[in-house]
Amino acid sequence: MSRTNDPRLERRAAMRTLLADRGDMLVVTGLGSTTYDAAAAGDDDRNFYLWGAMGGANMIGLGLAIAQPNRRVLVVTGDGEVLMGLGTLATIGVQRPPNLAIAIFDNAHYAETGMQPSHTGNGVDLCGVARSCGIEAVYDIAGPDALQEFAARLRSFDRTMVARVAIQADEPPRVLPTRDGVLLKTRFRRALGLE
Amino acid sequence: MSSEPAISQKDWRDDIFAALKAAEIRQVGYVPDAGHSRLIERCVADPDIRAVSLTSEEEGMALAAGAWLGGQRAALLMQSSGVGNCINMLSLTKSCRFPMTIIVTMRGEWAEFNPWQVPMGTTTQAALELMDVLVYRVEQPADVGETVAAALDITFNGGPVTAVLLSQRLIGAKRWVK
Repeated sequence: MSRTNDPRLERRAAMRTLLADRGDMLVVTGLGSTTYDAAAAGDDDRNFYLWGAMGGANMIGLGLAIAQPNRRVLVVTGDGEVLMGLGTLATIGVQRPPNLAIAIFDNAHYAETGMQPSHTGNGVDLCGVARSCGIEAVYDIAGPDALQEFAARLRSFDRTMVARVAIQADEPPRVLPTRDGVLLKTRFRRALGLE
Repeated sequence: MSSEPAISQKDWRDDIFAALKAAEIRQVGYVPDAGHSRLIERCVADPDIRAVSLTSEEEGMALAAGAWLGGQRAALLMQSSGVGNCINMLSLTKSCRFPMTIIVTMRGEWAEFNPWQVPMGTTTQAALELMDVLVYRVEQPADVGETVAAALDITFNGGPVTAVLLSQRLIGAKRWVK
């Protein structure tokens, strides 16, 4: 796929922008490419990568944000992962923890399974869904300046945020963090002083 | 809408709440359910418990995982039909060994009016056990509190996910005719 004239963001660069200067922010990534993107940006004990449980990333972020009210929590996941758990936006819209941000990398495709088109390329508007669920701080991000603005907001925010980040439908070489779920859980908790 | 079965003076639903409090449960995910309604009300009213209403039971698995990552204990309340919604999400708890206790009100097994509840009600225990959930079944009101307490103990002492099935006979069949 030629990307010369593609205005959408490159996913690895987008992840690096979001995680630069992360401070003590906790990060949850969704099954598939966002897990590889976060690992490529630099593995960190405070990253919890999903290798399964499709549709669950947002709710892990919710449970974590409630349990750690003094820490910022960022979920970065894909359009397909959110579509599978669309009800999570309704549940989060009701709870609205002030320390939870969700960034949806939207390439309108299922990269993990061979680039089949997703609903977001056929009219489903995830920002509209988030707004309809009662989330007020919703950002539709189409370019690098808007992404930088959102990354700056991530450093200090006080209400639930949802951003849709338009990214290119490409597949950079995979960067695979450990798939050992117990290790991922334990190192995360240890980083929080819980183990 | 169904009416809640009559509540006796010493109510087993309050025994569940006491067990949740004793185990320091801080997040309770639930899908609205007649059999759990009194317990849900108590969780919502408790300042130390965050009660999270879910659109689907599988959300609760992920909520409880996030809670544990952040240092809090979570329990989930659902009906037997909801167990069917959780199966793939139990791969999260199994792969990562997240602790949680699921308290299930049973339908489709005792004087059930609605035959559509029967397929999931009669396979709830087997479905959970296929995913290595340790299942306890309660028939007698006097056994409810200590069974929930035992299930919470095992899971939060490093054991498997536990489920307590509250039998439909215990809860009382849903009343369809006033």
